[in-house]
Amino acid sequence: MNLDENHFQIFGVPAQFDVDLLALETRYRELQREVHPDRFASASQAEQRVSMQLATRVNEAYQTLKSPLTRAGYLLQLRGVDPEFETNTAMPVEFLTDQMERRETLEQVVAAGDWERLIALSSNLRTEQDALFGRIERQLEARDWKEAATTLRQLKFLEKLSDEIGEAEEGMDS
Amino acid sequence: MALLQISEPGQSPAPHERRLAVGIDLGTTNSLVATMRNGIAVVLDDHDGQGLLPSIVRYFRDGRAVVGRDAEREQARDPKNTIVSVKRFMGRGLKDVTHAENSPYDFVDSPGMVQLRTAAGVKSPVEVSSEILKALRARAEESLSGDLAGAVITVPAYFDDAQRQATKDAGKLAGLNVLRLLNEPTAAAIAYGLDNAAEGIYAVFDLGGGTFDISILKLSKGVFEVMATNGDAALGGDDFDQRLFRWVVERAGLALLPAEDTRLLLVKSRAAKEFLTAHLEARISATLSGGAELDVSVTQKDFQEMTRPLVAKTLAPARKALRDAGLDVADVKGVVMVGGATRMPHVQQAVAELFRQAPLNNLDPDKVVALGAAIQADVLAGNRGSGDDWLLLDVIPLSLGIETMGGLAEKVIPRNSTLPVARAQEFTTFKDGQTAMSIHVVQGERELVADCRSLAKFELHGIPPMAAGAARIRVTFQVDADGLLAVSARESTTGVQAAIAVKPSYGLTDAQVTQMLRDSLDHARDDVQLRVLREQQVEGERMLEAVENALREDSDLVSPEEQGAVHAELDALRKTLSCTDHRTIKSAIERVNRATEGFAGRRMDRAVKRALAGRKVESL
Repeated sequence: MNLDENHFQIFGVPAQFDVDLLALETRYRELQREVHPDRFASASQAEQRVSMQLATRVNEAYQTLKSPLTRAGYLLQLRGVDPEFETNTAMPVEFLTDQMERRETLEQVVAAGDWERLIALSSNLRTEQDALFGRIERQLEARDWKEAATTLRQLKFLEKLSDEIGEAEEGMDS
Repeated sequence: MALLQISEPGQSPAPHERRLAVGIDLGTTNSLVATMRNGIAVVLDDHDGQGLLPSIVRYFRDGRAVVGRDAEREQARDPKNTIVSVKRFMGRGLKDVTHAENSPYDFVDSPGMVQLRTAAGVKSPVEVSSEILKALRARAEESLSGDLAGAVITVPAYFDDAQRQATKDAGKLAGLNVLRLLNEPTAAAIAYGLDNAAEGIYAVFDLGGGTFDISILKLSKGVFEVMATNGDAALGGDDFDQRLFRWVVERAGLALLPAEDTRLLLVKSRAAKEFLTAHLEARISATLSGGAELDVSVTQKDFQEMTRPLVAKTLAPARKALRDAGLDVADVKGVVMVGGATRMPHVQQAVAELFRQAPLNNLDPDKVVALGAAIQADVLAGNRGSGDDWLLLDVIPLSLGIETMGGLAEKVIPRNSTLPVARAQEFTTFKDGQTAMSIHVVQGERELVADCRSLAKFELHGIPPMAAGAARIRVTFQVDADGLLAVSARESTTGVQAAIAVKPSYGLTDAQVTQMLRDSLDHARDDVQLRVLREQQVEGERMLEAVENALREDSDLVSPEEQGAVHAELDALRKTLSCTDHRTIKSAIERVNRATEGFAGRRMDRAVKRALAGRKVESL
């Protein structure tokens, strides 16, 4: 393992959106078995340092590739495409209208403590996320980097909303 | 030096090379030490055949400290100098201490960690804990007839950086080589999982004397992977005692009590609580210091009613952990109960209701953590044989963040990230010619810095003077396998390594630990210098052997020049071994370390490539 290798190379899988998650997990464990600091608890400081660096790197790579959102972002990054999460807020009007509606619904649902509508909102959001993941996979395959970046920004937006729904669930729960 | 002695599967060190390693459960109420004996983890007993050491330390005017049952017996007579449940104060300021009003201690509100004024002087919780650890170390060394090579000390999974650091410092102060801080529920999972060859998703519900943890783990093919953890670092059996104590005081119409009576009634309340686990009614009777007689009855129903809110406090963290793991109650195959407080029937019932299954109680909830720690200690000390080739992947329990504009905390490392983990963040200067900046690191889930725990304030100095916004300071936050944070910084445009002045809000600096070691009477007696010298000699010998083996095994990975340089350092090290200054040996070891750094990395590469080649696929 070389610290200069990219995440896909570290795991020995092709650099594409469609990854075999089971293979990824198996490789992850193989790698950690070799480099994890627990293997070097009685080792010299130099080796403990190397082990920590490598184990940290393996964790970072695994975390990035495991989630489809960060995996897509990483593929764009490898192509030198900046998804412009902070600076580019331009999104299709239709998408934005939908999200504003969702947000309003969320507020109402929370105010009313309506558990069933919250669950419905959550699953409706999940459906849209899945659709967008399908779209970004096609765009990445077709090397439409710019289009993919737009989809990624939308996905990021939806993730925030999904987190808020999760928090609302937690709030109603306790 | 494990990297330079990667042994093939099936090989394990010869029995005479076995290194003595122990697992220590440093509990709020009781502490234990365990070790591996003939492949089985066992708790080491004291002379009276007792495994549990009450975590109680009594200080005397002459500086002496007595630990355990002897201290426990006198606690009501000398409450101010007899420290119980010191774990609650680890890494905590006075304002964080719950029930301070019911504590008989003379607290000293010092910056960072609270301290206690005793007959033997002002003591920090780190020092008090180190007395407990010293007692366990002595027990282990006597029982195993030899010096310990290392110890694994367990901590609540929900302990933050300050509490972990304090625990590690206590270990160092007790003269222990702390191999790892291990999370208590994870330790329990190891003991349970290996015992039962468990596979699947397990929850560990750990309600101890002063802390509550819930961990969700995935056990599969020898890998223990913590998926999420949550808890409450200030909730435990102690709180049930306190609740009952207040009820008794109210019931008996007592006014403000002297410290002796408070302690006496707390002890009686605890006994009643324990009695109510198997009985429907308990009686609390005592003679108070003024001569008054107290006699109160409490039913199991009363007790359960008054403590129901405490039980309820465990449920929200449990749900959160499941949610963070992305799992549902139905995914959980078993719930392992850990900690003496889980014996209470209404706790058992609440857990059963939440997880919709009867919890697992087949391991002694008081001992399972120490046993798991012993198994891990044995592995970390390098006594690993074939068959126990398992891997532990744990997480950071609380998010790490930094203070940004307006007193807001910006998350740098999210909670439940698998350890070790690092994140780099870029900062810039906001004034022309600015050469220093300060960074405030906090831990917690809340948005406001004021609601999170302050871990450290860092000052970066030596930033090259540039126009505002031109400097790029890259700050790296690294959390190691103990869950401890280290910070480093570098100015990226010029490559200047900015100096960092670390001002830990909690925890001790290395210099403070050294000073405490020196001050410690105990160590003056067994001669610190000689100990340290012997340790370095052993380390040096180990190093020589390991590097020589490695050079034999992988000679193709070193160039002739490199080999020459390494041999020169090895010879130098060999010569220092007979000297009497440990620092000389230490620096020779460090030089060998530096000379073999590249080689170590290449050996690691080779090991990884071997792993990737699928050599071990069948065993996964």
